[in-house]
Amino acid sequence: MPINVIVCVKQVMDPETPASAFNIDADAKSVVPAAGIPPVVNGFDENAVEAALRLKDNGDVGKISVVSIGSGFVMDVMKKPLSMGADDLILIDDEAMQDIDAYATATALTEAIKKVGEYDLVLCGRQASDWDQAHVPLGVAEMLGLPCITLAQKIEVVEDGIVVQRVLTDGYEVVEAPLPALVTVSNELGEPRYPTLRGIMTASRKQPTNWSAADVGLDAGALAPKLTLTELYIPVSDNQVEVIDGEDDADAGRNLALRLREEKLI
Amino acid sequence: MAGVLVIGELNGDELQSVTGEMLAAGRTLGDALGEEVQIALLNGSDEAAQSAIALGADKAFLALDDVLADMQLDAQVAALEKVCVEAQPSVVLVGRTLTGRDVGPRLAFRLGVGLAQDCLQVDADTNSGRVVAVRPVYGGNALAKVTFPDANPQMIVLRGKAYEPLAADASRSGEVVVVNPGLDASVVKARLVETVTQEAEGVRLEDAGVVIGGGRGLGGPESFDQLEDLARLLGGAVGASRAVCDAGWLDHSYQVGLTGKTITPDLYITVGISGASQHMAGCSASKHIVAINRDADANIFKSASFGVVGDWKNVLPSFIETVRELVDS
Ligand SMILES: Cc1cc2nc3c(=O)[nH]c(=O)nc-3n(C[C@H](O)[C@H](O)[C@H](O)COP(=O)(O)OP(=O)(O)OC[C@H]3O[C@@H](n4cnc5c(N)ncnc54)[C@H](O)[C@@H]3O)c2cc1C
Ligand SMILES: Nc1ncnc2c1ncn2[C@@H]1O[C@H](COP(=O)(O)O)[C@@H](O)[C@H]1O
Repeated sequence: MPINVIVCVKQVMDPETPASAFNIDADAKSVVPAAGIPPVVNGFDENAVEAALRLKDNGDVGKISVVSIGSGFVMDVMKKPLSMGADDLILIDDEAMQDIDAYATATALTEAIKKVGEYDLVLCGRQASDWDQAHVPLGVAEMLGLPCITLAQKIEVVEDGIVVQRVLTDGYEVVEAPLPALVTVSNELGEPRYPTLRGIMTASRKQPTNWSAADVGLDAGALAPKLTLTELYIPVSDNQVEVIDGEDDADAGRNLALRLREEKLI
Repeated sequence: MAGVLVIGELNGDELQSVTGEMLAAGRTLGDALGEEVQIALLNGSDEAAQSAIALGADKAFLALDDVLADMQLDAQVAALEKVCVEAQPSVVLVGRTLTGRDVGPRLAFRLGVGLAQDCLQVDADTNSGRVVAVRPVYGGNALAKVTFPDANPQMIVLRGKAYEPLAADASRSGEVVVVNPGLDASVVKARLVETVTQEAEGVRLEDAGVVIGGGRGLGGPESFDQLEDLARLLGGAVGASRAVCDAGWLDHSYQVGLTGKTITPDLYITVGISGASQHMAGCSASKHIVAINRDADANIFKSASFGVVGDWKNVLPSFIETVRELVDS
């Protein structure tokens, strides 16, 4: 029996934005998007889409639905999972979803997933590259009462559930769980596939399903913060680098070694 | 009731070093807030409780249950929930370990409270009697200060090596409380069945006093032979950027950074690494960073003590030769 997969995807500021273009609005306690640099689908969420597609290639999956919570979605960006091969895109697009904390995001995702209905596997990225929390998926799993396995580098669907390789810093763990389950995916799974031309054409014809907060039964109370951001700032460093020169590169290499010796660093 | 509860991690009867660090952070908070410092030890022995007390705890909760025998994560979360209900702490501190960063958030959702993930620092605000946590965000490009509105416990996952454990003081005394969570075996849904680890040869990257890091600028896996040479000369270890590991030049166990290993060497020599904030997140505690990069504007120079702006293909051979002469003499 093929299984249905929901992949949770977040639109984030491009994490490759150079530090020189990274600015914050201290009063609003928010990051100012760099001019001319469009947002992206969170990298680990593309890995999660890839994980779902690999299972589909393997004949294990019926349908792949992508769900995202936010506001100010850029459609060219958010359609990428569709052009990679996902079937549906559901956007909970609501001003009320701006700047909500991990608890509220998990609550909203949980309600959205319930409304999507039939699912056997929920896939998330290991963390979102804006607030770097690695927090939301654990909440979704708790709220839906699902077994939860984080940091997958490989997922296999077997007779009575899934078998997941979970990345360790020096190796991996093998974890088994029955379905339905939630798994977070890490980049060790492998590069996400590039959309094919046909995929992009198919995606351009698909319309996302748009739900408001009220559509998934959420009011302000359900989204009330459990964490308050009191200050956001860019750390200052007064570090001064000592640049070592020489007659040429090779000479600079020699001088570097001598200088490090002088400082008793080697 | 109140208290600062540390979630302990054990290796047999011994406390993991990160638990000593959490106890030190907990002691500072407890003293400032006038609250006792507690520790939760799952399947812990009296011996483990006594070491925790020597390192700053006032009270140790030993949760004893057969379902905890193989320490499955699901069982740990369920047992800790019971301990929290019993202890009613106002603050919970969790170390950011492979276990802690999953168990902490899951426990927070069960208790219906907020949690600050991956923090560098936590302080008590003695006016409000609440805590303030500092966490890096946007890959380390910014820092965020967060507080908790009103509910307890205030839960914080703290990075390792951010606090020094206190010196063990065997004369300290404390209370040991046994908790029987009475878990049903059905709480375990996801089951760890096998652990496959590859032991690194030589010095462990996390413990190395000298690390030689290579980035995408090295152009391919063969160039890492020179870094290995240099590491051997200096008794250090080789590390890499994520770009290198994602390209398959080296295994992911070499990755330094936000989603890789945290290193704290005296000397970190980087070659062909641009110094993206996510990389720096794993090495910013290095005492001295040295950069070899041909781009004078590369971010790595903002954190480096010494640098050479040049092509590593020309810089590195003479650097290694000179190091060899200096080390041999
Ligand atoms: C959520 C998230 C988590 C991440 N986690 C990590 C992490 O844990 N660790 C990590 O490292 N990255 C991480 N990254 C990726 C990070 O953003 C960077 O993409 C990565 O660190 C870049 O690696 P690099 O410096 O090797 O490559 P590049 O940025 O491509 O830099 C290569 C450098 O080599 C120099 N160079 C090229 N040729 C030469 C030459 N011949 N001689 C001298 N210098 C030369 C160039 O000037 C350049 O500065 C993460 C990203 C995200 C979004
Ligand atoms: N607003 C969101 N919409 C959809 N998925 C999300 C959202 N926020 C977080 N997630 C999912 O949860 C993962 C971890 O996010 P975080 O806990 O914020 O680091 C992401 O990689 C996504 O898969």
